Amino acid sequence: MKLNQRYVRVLVLGGFLLAWQLLALLLASHSLPSPLAVLETLWQQLVNGELLFHLGITLLRVIVSFTLAMLVGVAIGILMGSRKAWDNALDVLLILGLNIPALVTIILCYIWLGLGETAAVLAVALNKIPMVIVTLREGARAIDHDLLQVAQVYRLSRWQTFRSVYLPQLYPYLFGAARNGLALIWKIVLVVELLGRSNGVGFQLGNYFHFFDISGILAYTLAFALIVLALEALLLRPLERHLNRWRT
Amino acid sequence: MNLLSVDLQRKVYPNGVCAVQDLRFSANQGEFIALVGPSGTGKSTLLNMIAGLDTDFTGQIHSPPDTTLSFMFQEPRLLPWLSVADNIRLVLEAPQRQHDNARFARMETLLQQLGLQDFRDSFPNQLSGGMKRRAALVRAFVTQPSLLLMDEPFQSLDEPTAQDLRQLLLKLWAESQPTVLFVTHSLNEALLLADRVLFLSPRPAKVILDYRVPLQRPRPLNTSALQPLQAELLQQYPALLSGLLDRTSEEFPHA
Repeated sequence: MKLNQRYVRVLVLGGFLLAWQLLALLLASHSLPSPLAVLETLWQQLVNGELLFHLGITLLRVIVSFTLAMLVGVAIGILMGSRKAWDNALDVLLILGLNIPALVTIILCYIWLGLGETAAVLAVALNKIPMVIVTLREGARAIDHDLLQVAQVYRLSRWQTFRSVYLPQLYPYLFGAARNGLALIWKIVLVVELLGRSNGVGFQLGNYFHFFDISGILAYTLAFALIVLALEALLLRPLERHLNRWRT
Repeated sequence: MNLLSVDLQRKVYPNGVCAVQDLRFSANQGEFIALVGPSGTGKSTLLNMIAGLDTDFTGQIHSPPDTTLSFMFQEPRLLPWLSVADNIRLVLEAPQRQHDNARFARMETLLQQLGLQDFRDSFPNQLSGGMKRRAALVRAFVTQPSLLLMDEPFQSLDEPTAQDLRQLLLKLWAESQPTVLFVTHSLNEALLLADRVLFLSPRPAKVILDYRVPLQRPRPLNTSALQPLQAELLQQYPALLSGLLDRTSEEFPHA
């Protein structure tokens, strides 16, 4: 990134915060706390340990359901993208899965499996799996068969073929699915926590909602958004750059 | 000794077109055979069948069970996300080559020989067309194949680069003497490289002429013997490159 490009980013963010602060001062309303008030709440929650506890619980749920959704979605997506018969057989279920509202999945999981951790994680994963399938199916359909012939002629093992010939062609699709997945999953996790868990960011937001504590709500939102940004900047983007270095 | 015998009765494409009918030939160990025929006559299909990539045909293709096969395609088909060295290493790490202890030393020698030592860590996208073919040549020879299939491998190159690669190919072939099937549509290239040239008919393909090249080896690339040989062949069979042994005199009144 060029230096002045970075300046522009910082400038826009600063301008946004400044406008918010001015608006809050102007309105002097309880419904719009100033950014400074939000930061203060954030700091308090951080110091008394509550924020980290709930953040940690939510992050754990995000990681488990994300991993589950990716593993299942990638496997089924590859199957459907590479085998016509499976694609044909599962397509109806896929469309159904894509269109069931998240809330319905969550409620049904809680009713059928009880208000437990399994139901919570499963509900989130079930919401994400169809989207991973769609993305990876696209990827599997775009596989270059000329390169698979190379693998066949030189008698590479199945594992070699998968790791060095097949998988690299799916990387862009895997990253697409992971990005969308991360963005979607943490939002759904909060809903799941609100409806049926007694800890986590979603549960806390529910509490603040009861007391109309808006700076608390914004503090938690900010904290989690920062974590997602950090994941993107420190994990996804460097990994992607490393895997794409051959494209230059 | 016979290394490959091909006896194809019929190959029909999924769209119903008959690609090959009654195509027979055999190749001796260490023989360099060129396959020449009009475009669209299924030469690539033939190589794919021999390589086992296309098994949908009636007929038989035989080679000894311990035959090691390499294939150099029309495009180099290097894996773009692996460096030159990793592309070659990949085929050396295939399960049946695990016991071959000399394989990595051989890779180094070949990289040296083909002038790729400074490009070993480059990705294929960073290489010129000629360099990519060199890397593909290393990959084809590093496994010490007994049968090497080549599908117009130097087609899209400029002539000096193609000549360099032909020279390298002849050198590598002379060292390890694999049986080579080299598909080309250039009579000149075929006569320059091969011991035998098999001329194919238009679809459905069969062998119409099995021609033994009467030239000594080693052959210099600029050998003056090629031109008269080519002229003589074309005088005898004016429509040879169209895949026909004889044509009616109306079409070629001066032949």
